[in-house]
Amino acid sequence: MEAFKTLNSGVAPLNRVNVDTDQIIPKQFLKRVERTGFGQFLFNDWRFDEKGNEKPDFVLNQDGYKDASILVSGRNFGCGSSREHAPWALQDFGIRVIIAPSFADIFHNNCFQNGVLPVVLPEDVVQKIIEHSENDPDYRITVDLEAQRVWDENEEIVADFNMEPFRRHCMLNGLDDIGLTLEDEDDITSYERERSEHGGVVPA
Amino acid sequence: MAPRTMFEKIWDTHVVKSEEGKPTVLYVDLHLVHEVTSPQAFDGLRMAGRSVRRTDLTVAVADHNTPTWDLSLPITDPIAQQQLDELSKNCDEFGVTLYDRFSPLQGIVHVIGPEQGYTQPGKTIVCGDSHTSTHGAFGAFAMGIGTSEVEHVLATQTLRQFKPKTMEVRVDGKLSPGVTAKDVVLGIIGKIGIGGATGHVIEYTGEAIRTLSMEGRMTVCNMSIEAGARAGMVAPDATTFEYMRGRENVPKGTDFDKAVAAWEELGTDEGAQYDQVVVLDAEELEPHVTWGTNPGMVAPITARIPIPQEYEDSGEQESVTRALDYMDLEPGMRIEDIEIDRVFIGSCTNSRIDDLRAAAKIAEGNKVDESVYAMVVPGSNAIKRQAEDEGLDKIFMQAGFDWREAGCSMCLGMNPDILKPGERCASTSNRNFEGRQGKGGRTHLVSPEMAAAAAIEGHFVDVRDWRG
Repeated sequence: MEAFKTLNSGVAPLNRVNVDTDQIIPKQFLKRVERTGFGQFLFNDWRFDEKGNEKPDFVLNQDGYKDASILVSGRNFGCGSSREHAPWALQDFGIRVIIAPSFADIFHNNCFQNGVLPVVLPEDVVQKIIEHSENDPDYRITVDLEAQRVWDENEEIVADFNMEPFRRHCMLNGLDDIGLTLEDEDDITSYERERSEHGGVVPA
Repeated sequence: MAPRTMFEKIWDTHVVKSEEGKPTVLYVDLHLVHEVTSPQAFDGLRMAGRSVRRTDLTVAVADHNTPTWDLSLPITDPIAQQQLDELSKNCDEFGVTLYDRFSPLQGIVHVIGPEQGYTQPGKTIVCGDSHTSTHGAFGAFAMGIGTSEVEHVLATQTLRQFKPKTMEVRVDGKLSPGVTAKDVVLGIIGKIGIGGATGHVIEYTGEAIRTLSMEGRMTVCNMSIEAGARAGMVAPDATTFEYMRGRENVPKGTDFDKAVAAWEELGTDEGAQYDQVVVLDAEELEPHVTWGTNPGMVAPITARIPIPQEYEDSGEQESVTRALDYMDLEPGMRIEDIEIDRVFIGSCTNSRIDDLRAAAKIAEGNKVDESVYAMVVPGSNAIKRQAEDEGLDKIFMQAGFDWREAGCSMCLGMNPDILKPGERCASTSNRNFEGRQGKGGRTHLVSPEMAAAAAIEGHFVDVRDWRG
């Protein structure tokens, strides 16, 4: 997994609440068996019309926004289906940070598995970032995971964010969960031994 | 020991390793796998030279991509076929039990888990699918995970998890006739909102929950995720044990009695505290219909479509306006006046034998309106056979419903069963997101009874005073 330390980037504002994973990556694109190549389908039904042409009013089709690596959106971002194709699509499109007042649980977990940083900021701060970026396609902010801080160039916005220290550590160092857990393999084996002495797990 | 909730008891017995500030390493008793969220996980194992740690605790099934047409007909979508082939190849290579499209026991993963007795009280159950919460109906801790986590469970039989909070959702009193488990859960989501239970495991309690069948409890737990919950659960009781008795993979004879004695201890202790408590009155619940583009946009059948300007929050106003625009509905119109084109009875929410019986009761002796195409998709081949033994298939077909093979079908439009742009569907599934059942399709979530009655009338009706 790619490590994340700090990022200075333009900001794409997606001023909607409850953006669900069916919108982030519609189901007709879930049939690929690879992890890559989903970016072209990101927000497909919002980005493209029936003929496959870009809809000019959608933010990620607009100059100044389509190359942004930071997406800012409303509360409960990533609700719905557990599909990890959602963070795969965002990352493949070039999004490394999503800022929102809250995230759905499974999507939130999935982001950390893929080096996409979900940043929770208070609703009013998020709204200000959305306003600034809507007014100015060149608006940029810096997200510093080490310092757990977000700021813009004029320092009109300076906001600290919280993150589980362990998750932050893994993101900063690009650590893979499976490798970490396999370091605890002896614990797993002894847990299994103990369980089997008490009747064990019912095999499937 | 301090009194504990059911969730805490299950959590505690599955802790492999717990360190301050780090996610707990939690043991997984049952890992269910399907074709859409697993190929990249198996591929990850292969690349790292890892194996599946406990093939005996892992079960795979093909359900999302499988057409529900005649099994002798080929799959026409080459990419779907590739994903199904990939699952077969992976299960073969890694030694995982697979129910493929042709297995007599095939069905939707969340239907066959309980049906085949894999789902049991006290277990930790995961699947790369958000509706894994269904299995919590048996008093299991069951949750949906992403594909990286699927790979993690395959390799280690554990999951790294921060402990969620707990929420009691108590539904007091009795449900009125015509008000179903689906209406209970839609009512709950309408009350707490689609992010209302984020970070929490819900335990459903109260008289209205206790009197539900296992099928009804599964319907309620299934949609826990639609309120944002990590999982939903119901304490096991006599209803649970009767459902389980004699099923494949469930202990038999005295072992069953021993298991029941242990399962009876699982319930939340007197005096245990939940982080949040929500209370609903069953007697106030009516049949529900969703009108918008998420399951929280829901109202009783007797209500009218909301008026965006009446919402205080500007974000809410905007999303309601956007939803009504997508759904092509007029603010203030009566829900009963919404005309439909399609009816879908099926999905991991409402495709079990109880659901089919309830819908058949409405359909019997009636005819599907000529403006409507209606289909019934059993949740599993076993349910299909049982329904056919009971003659339900004939009732449906005589009424003009299409009777299909088992699968996820039109719940998510990953197989040939999809809505066309602009089509409006009364659906017993779980999500009414934009394009969920097909790009441009419009979904209204309802109970099987409400869906069947809407098929006959061509628009929504209140099943409580509908006589066909």
